[in-house]
Amino acid sequence: MNELMIKYEEVHKYYDDLHVLNDINLEIKRGEVMVLIGPSGSGKSTLIRTMNFLETIDSGTITIEGKTIHRKTENLDKIRERVGMVFQQFNLFPHMTAIENVIEAPVHVKRIDKKTAREKGMALLTKVGLGDKADSHPHQLSGGQQQRVAIARSLAMEPDVMLFDEVTSALDPELVGDVLQVMKDLARSGMTMVVVTHEMGFAREVGDRVLMMDAGQIIEEGPPEKFFIDPENERTKRFLKEIL
Amino acid sequence: MTSLWEILSENFMMFTEAAGVTLRLTAVSLFFATFIGLVFAFMKISRLKVLNLIADGYIGLIRGLPLIVQLMFLYFGISSLVTLPRFWAGSVALAIHSGAYVAEIFRGAIQSIDKGQVEAAKSLGMRQSLLMRRVILPQAALRAIPPIGNQFIIGLKDSSLVAYLGVLELYGTALLIQARNFKPFETYLVAGGYYLLMVIIFTILLRKLENRLAVTTRPGGGNGKQKRRRVASGQAAA
Ligand SMILES: Nc1ncnc2c1ncn2[C@@H]1O[C@H](COP(=O)(O)OP(=O)(O)OP(=O)(O)O)[C@@H](O)[C@H]1O
Ligand SMILES: [Mg+2]
Repeated sequence: MNELMIKYEEVHKYYDDLHVLNDINLEIKRGEVMVLIGPSGSGKSTLIRTMNFLETIDSGTITIEGKTIHRKTENLDKIRERVGMVFQQFNLFPHMTAIENVIEAPVHVKRIDKKTAREKGMALLTKVGLGDKADSHPHQLSGGQQQRVAIARSLAMEPDVMLFDEVTSALDPELVGDVLQVMKDLARSGMTMVVVTHEMGFAREVGDRVLMMDAGQIIEEGPPEKFFIDPENERTKRFLKEIL
Repeated sequence: MTSLWEILSENFMMFTEAAGVTLRLTAVSLFFATFIGLVFAFMKISRLKVLNLIADGYIGLIRGLPLIVQLMFLYFGISSLVTLPRFWAGSVALAIHSGAYVAEIFRGAIQSIDKGQVEAAKSLGMRQSLLMRRVILPQAALRAIPPIGNQFIIGLKDSSLVAYLGVLELYGTALLIQARNFKPFETYLVAGGYYLLMVIIFTILLRKLENRLAVTTRPGGGNGKQKRRRVASGQAAA
């Protein structure tokens, strides 16, 4: 439980004049669920996307499982195999069925044989409640179902960390619950997770730690019990009032 | 009208065979154009500036010059390097021309694939080449089919210009026949009828294919809804 998974030291990133990540320092331990909140444009997506190098940083260091990643690093693909990510817009491969989406990377990246991958994939789809939808194409699935396939697809690579960037924001309200349930189960199973969300219920229930971002900085952090009931920062108080 | 029938019946075999040459010319040149187009499409989307420049130069030249000038230039260029039969010299010249347009079609199709899918593939650890092969190209190929079909129709009509390289395709044959019967109006009318018929048949086939593709590749697959939801009280989660 105390093993360090991700460490950020003095990380900065700019978009021209915009200081989008301003001196980010953080540590994520194995099995920890870290929830990232903050107003729109504060840099949450940018931060979470640097964790699997979809965004580069301009200075500072990121260490993942003891390995320091330099700015233009060797083999990002290898690290990405261990860091799964789920997106707001699902981003399933539309020309593949649900099960094909799930086994694509295990078969072609990890080179697991197709039969084994399929068995594992089916187990994952069943776990997210979609065992009967394996042969459906994304356009035949609801948003909530697509998002659960996307989660299964990431899990199929057996990652050490899972990143979630507002994965329920594009869903109709009645579909949000199923996706959150899958994420809660995952959190309880001991997965290390970084979750950007506006679902404060989720943050309270399964978050180990909540981080508040504003204008590229982490302005407050703490366990949910303290964070939601007795925040210290004025900006956090105002934000929580707005959103709750 | 009578002379139209006469011309058609007297030269029916010649016209029909010539139409066959036109079809083959078009098919062969589009086949090579597909390869040329693929190569230049990749050069255009490459991160290497040199390759971008080469592709831009090629596409710019082809777009900027009249086809007949390109054909003459390519024909005499090709002929000075190798001796090819006229049919093949014509095909290659047409292919080099269409290749530029096909390159733009492929580039457009590749770039039309949602960036989110690329990010998803990367986050699964897929290398650039793998995600190109497994994720982007299969979808881009389907999207390219309708415009490639359109390019086939354009190529079919453009192929008439290789008559000036001495290839006896449909238009070249009409040139020959009207020089013998002194009835250019009717002769070209017959040739025009052949072109039109081929284009119409091909258009119908293409439409059928497109309809079939539309069924199997409905858009919006992995993209979900564009709307965003800000409200997020604990309700849904609690
Ligand atoms: N590629 C880019 N180029 C320039 N500016 C960008 C780029 N991506 C993001 N930004 C800017 O960086 C800031 C942070 O964006 P980011 O997407 O990280 O915010 P966010 O906290 O995720 O917001 P939201 O809650 O709306 O998703 C915003 O001001 C945004 O406009
Ligand atoms: Mg965001």
